[in-house]
Amino acid sequence: MLFKVFPAGELIRLFEILAADRIVGPVKKGEDQHGRSLYDFDVVHDFTELRLDYGQTIHSAKNWFLPYQEDLCTFTFEDGGSGDWHKEVDYGVYAPLVLFGLHPCDINALNKLDKVLLGGQYPNPFYGEKRANMFIVGHSCSPQPFCFCKSMGTDSAIRGFDLFLTRMDDLYFAEILSPRAFHLLEQIDCHDPDSREHHRYMEIMEAKESLYVAHVDTSDLTKILDLEFQASVWQEWGRRCFSCGTCAQVCPTCYCYGVAEQVDMDFTHARKEKMLYSCNLLDFASVAGGHNFRPESHTRLKYRYYHKHRGFVEAFEESLCVGCGRCGQACLAHITVPEVIASVRASKE
Amino acid sequence: MTTKKTFLGVPVAKPKVAFFELSSCEGCQLQLLNNEATLLDFLSLVEIVRFREGRKEAGDDYEIAFVEGSITRDDEEELLREIRRRAKILVALGSCACFGGVNQLKNRFNDLEWVKKEVYGSFPIESQEVKPLSAVIKVDLEIYGCPIKKEEVERIVTALVLGEQVHHPQYPVCMECKARENICLFELGEPCLGPVTRAGCDAWCPSNRLGCWGCRGPAPEANLALLQIIMAERGISQERMIDRLECFGGFGAFVAEVKGKKEEPR
Repeated sequence: MLFKVFPAGELIRLFEILAADRIVGPVKKGEDQHGRSLYDFDVVHDFTELRLDYGQTIHSAKNWFLPYQEDLCTFTFEDGGSGDWHKEVDYGVYAPLVLFGLHPCDINALNKLDKVLLGGQYPNPFYGEKRANMFIVGHSCSPQPFCFCKSMGTDSAIRGFDLFLTRMDDLYFAEILSPRAFHLLEQIDCHDPDSREHHRYMEIMEAKESLYVAHVDTSDLTKILDLEFQASVWQEWGRRCFSCGTCAQVCPTCYCYGVAEQVDMDFTHARKEKMLYSCNLLDFASVAGGHNFRPESHTRLKYRYYHKHRGFVEAFEESLCVGCGRCGQACLAHITVPEVIASVRASKE
Repeated sequence: MTTKKTFLGVPVAKPKVAFFELSSCEGCQLQLLNNEATLLDFLSLVEIVRFREGRKEAGDDYEIAFVEGSITRDDEEELLREIRRRAKILVALGSCACFGGVNQLKNRFNDLEWVKKEVYGSFPIESQEVKPLSAVIKVDLEIYGCPIKKEEVERIVTALVLGEQVHHPQYPVCMECKARENICLFELGEPCLGPVTRAGCDAWCPSNRLGCWGCRGPAPEANLALLQIIMAERGISQERMIDRLECFGGFGAFVAEVKGKKEEPR
């Protein structure tokens, strides 16, 4: 990896050069009832809108690479359906996208999604096209009280970005992973870091460690989840769950979806629509004939945890959860990953 | 318009459709006329024999009857039974037809004669306890909402014409609200019934920063016990919560349960 350092004032120049493409980054969306700022990822029209000081966004950035709703294909039927028919597929990628200001958790989320959606026998071209046209500028974070990325090993990103910036007093410490990022930095005032700056960078990394409050003990977790499959704590959590899908919607790695076919009223067009789904929803496991494999709230909630913390680990030797804490923050019933996992570990059954 | 429609080469019959209104504002029927962009397509899908908001002629030969409104008079009950006899498919259109709607708010007063006097004075008018259609006849399909969502009706009618199954979302409004990346109304200190209300409206109200009032009724398996807890935690009084739950009638059974418990200790 290459490292560079540049004065913080140069960031606007970096932004302006990248602004030839569409930039999506953290922006302030409003304030909650206590006056706390609320952030989300959105198109950044002006450098002053970019809020790199955000703690965490409400939603992940996934709408930009795994949209909540997407047409998989559309059909055209000629002569009122009695003639020929065509199928059109549109991956929805018309221009490059710059994701500016992703924290390590969200970069690691993309790395994990890549494994599932691009690594298998049937790569997802909708996701792949978007990923291939993406330039990622990561940004250092200040761990929030609900962040547990440290426990999930996702507190630092070592791949999956073009450029990663760490704020270092009035400087930026830049990690470079792509030729494009290297050439980008050539256009601004930057230099190779000296040993004093190396040292300062390591100090900052060390200071970050002490800020973590939330933790998840992941040791032997896959086995413990197997052993505690019938534990009564799951039913407790089920009673506390709305089955509303909020956790999955704000999650940067929940990729489950449903597909529905829709015929237009004029019978000359139809489309196959994909919608991000959640295993917590009552309709998730209902199948033809009206049977529902998971009619109870607690079994649905449990399987969400099993997918994240057991199934994915067995398949990829890492958890699907990146510890961003968004699900717990968004959950009206305060169901948080650290609490659920701790309760299962403490189960004495 | 008389040319036979086909889908994938298979002829598709154009069902005769009638719209009726019981006690209601007829706003749901107006909703259907509201989208000029797709109105002609909608009209080409069905043959409308009765639609007071759109035409003068009224026929009695129909296969699908859309009935808007709730029952508040004897003659409405009679008319509804007559519609049921004639229609192959009877659709309850909108929250009034499904749950009693805003009309049923008067049911929460014990003395309906007093309500009548307060509203109408000495004017002679028949006005009974409000009932949804299902209290009197068998309803084949319910289309929720106050008002109904036009796009949803179009989807449902297309499915009916093509003989497909009609699926309502079972999940609550939160799912759609999150997909629109709204700020949660609870973050703003506002009550919202989104976590327990059946989706399908695309989080219409929350997307306009108005907490959900539950017009589509409860999602199947809605966790109403949990709703009470999260409202109380946020300092939203039970009265305020019940006000919302009572507004459209969909949560009637749960409200009765909560009120029953509240009155017991006295």
